[in-house]
Amino acid sequence: MIPGSFTYHRPASVSEAVQLLARLGEDARPLAGGHSLIPMMKLRLAQPQHLVDLGRIAGLKEIRQEQGEIVIGAMTTQAEIVASPLLAEKAPLLIEAAKVIADPQVRSVGTIGGNIANGDPGNDMPGVLQCLDARYVLTGANGTREVPARDFYEAAFFTKLAPGEIVTELRFAAPAAGHGWAYEKLKRKVGDYAVAAAAVTLTLSGNTCKGASIALTNVASTPLYAADAVKALVGSTLDKAAIDKAAGAAMSICDPVADSRGPSEYRRSVLGVIVRRAIDRAKSRGR
Amino acid sequence: MASQSSKMRVAMTVNGRQVDAEVEPRTLLIHFLREHLGLTGPHVGCDTTHCGACTVDLDGKSVKSCTVFAVQAEGSQVLTIEGMAKADGGLHPLQQAFHEHHGLQCGFCTPGMIMRAHRLLQEKPNPTDEEIRWGISGNLCRCTGYQNIVKAIRAAAEMLSGSQKEAAE
Repeated sequence: MIPGSFTYHRPASVSEAVQLLARLGEDARPLAGGHSLIPMMKLRLAQPQHLVDLGRIAGLKEIRQEQGEIVIGAMTTQAEIVASPLLAEKAPLLIEAAKVIADPQVRSVGTIGGNIANGDPGNDMPGVLQCLDARYVLTGANGTREVPARDFYEAAFFTKLAPGEIVTELRFAAPAAGHGWAYEKLKRKVGDYAVAAAAVTLTLSGNTCKGASIALTNVASTPLYAADAVKALVGSTLDKAAIDKAAGAAMSICDPVADSRGPSEYRRSVLGVIVRRAIDRAKSRGR
Repeated sequence: MASQSSKMRVAMTVNGRQVDAEVEPRTLLIHFLREHLGLTGPHVGCDTTHCGACTVDLDGKSVKSCTVFAVQAEGSQVLTIEGMAKADGGLHPLQQAFHEHHGLQCGFCTPGMIMRAHRLLQEKPNPTDEEIRWGISGNLCRCTGYQNIVKAIRAAAEMLSGSQKEAAE
């Protein structure tokens, strides 16, 4: 399969990239790792006239800490996330999630920025970053703004990203030391999108849950932050009743489409199981 | 910038050899390797980023060359199965191990399997069977399964770490 023709641009800086995108308008698309866009172009589901390759822009690849915040450059690959000592220490949830995205070759090219900016409900990182309450830093020709991950997604493939803007980095406060975490994902095979998946973080004080965050992947047209499920856990001892209530609350907000992964009722039911498992595993890791 | 149909010059190092050509920007790396350079070791399998038959090494990473544009590889180091044999024509330990352990049946997936295994053994010189299976999870064999492929990679790992030890002594 051969993509349609396009003109290729290789900017050396973010400002050059966003100026190009502003000038070229709707016919241009930014190219990150390309592992969503190139398959779409091969199927001619996307036929951009211009590709603006972000791959040679220095400074979009780093993972760093700024005071209490973790900052990840948008062009950081999933493999670089898996290998990051800083994330292993501060936000291992991201590593657990990155490991179940696609396969080794795809992880070596696919980027976190592409994963979150594309708006595909099947992508895993949007839910993970909602769980971590991350902010996306968006840069356009008129400057930079931040949008919380929990407000970014409007519908499948529709986001708050304005024409000509690119995601340049994402930021979140490092979860408290000793927090529990889990990314639980059921998929049919390596490389598949989730039948249902959930990201959970918990902070514990003794047996009591002091704080929690839960977000859901691929069970609606956008990732979902499960606020009522969180309420069911905070203040509880994470006993069966609280976990049942949280799983029920998560199931009640999801609206999975029937597809090759199963009918809607099945996928909602699986989501309930996934949320319970994720809470159990996060609990077992918390101190 | 240039009009849409016009070609771009792309230069890279493939199997240690400096190459350059005029290509359309839409030319995929797999087509550049096969059709411009005549390197038909990397195969077009599924053409949808699943099967791994097109796997090559790009700047020290395994990539599926059906999902990379040649222009993205400008200035890069590319290694394909053709670059694996020794200078005297002798087989690379991975090729030797796939041969000895019958790590292939039809052989279609083999160039991608070996290139992925090559990078895996750089990342993890002594992988467990589980790490091998996880490491080649982006490469599909449709003949017969993975038992002998895993055996071959394990044997190559032993051969390679043995020869490193010898070199160190």
